Amino acid sequence: MNRRPIEPLLWGLFSAGGTLTAFLLPFHVFLFLLAVPLGWLDDPGRNGLLALLRHPGTRLYLFALCSLGLFHWAHRFKYTLYDGLQIKHLNEIINTLCYGGAILGTLTAAWLLWAIP
Amino acid sequence: MPPETPVYTSYHPRWYRQRVSTYWWLGRWSYLVFILRELSSLAVAWVVLLTLLLVRAVSAGTDSYAEFVQWLKTPVVLALNAVALSFLVFHTITWFNAAPRAMGLRLGGRRVPERLVAVAHYAGWAAASALMAWMVLG
Repeated sequence: MNRRPIEPLLWGLFSAGGTLTAFLLPFHVFLFLLAVPLGWLDDPGRNGLLALLRHPGTRLYLFALCSLGLFHWAHRFKYTLYDGLQIKHLNEIINTLCYGGAILGTLTAAWLLWAIP
Repeated sequence: MPPETPVYTSYHPRWYRQRVSTYWWLGRWSYLVFILRELSSLAVAWVVLLTLLLVRAVSAGTDSYAEFVQWLKTPVVLALNAVALSFLVFHTITWFNAAPRAMGLRLGGRRVPERLVAVAHYAGWAAASALMAWMVLG
């Protein structure tokens, strides 16, 4: 059993990310990554999206979605590698890549959303 | 009386464990579904990455936005995103179906029926999607 005190926090982030992405990501993907590129819906254009991104609520929403989504990925993918490929002995590398990736992604998201012109 | 300081030995029992194949999850349909459900997290990470790239492209200017949308229109990316969407819907359905059991919601001393909690989740999903459509397209 792993009894590191950080474990409940990681499960909490996984759970919050799982819930948020379950509610929001399918339509988000459909809208921005399929319907607009395929021409099913009118492209809101750079200016339309910029106006949306300038709103603090949108930035907060995207920050939460990106950060919690990445922590959800990190935790779940770690256990997928542990169980699926049975490579628990590589746990230090896997932990670094997964949670390190989530932290790096969170910082990148904060920076990108902060730097919107 | 046991000694005050216990004596430790380096002996550690080793249990017999049957070796499990690396491809154990291909052996049964339910195992495969489990692994596919867990792999939906890759779709989450992929979509977050694309969202951040979209934000960067919008910030950078009209040309980079047009370039990014052009890249989204390439068949490989469209196919990847279609696969990602199916994994995400799978994630949503499995998450919502597990939520009532994970929450164990009680109201007035009685357990709220699982079906009701699940239905509330699906209603919330529809509402969240409609709100997003209205904010972006409306």
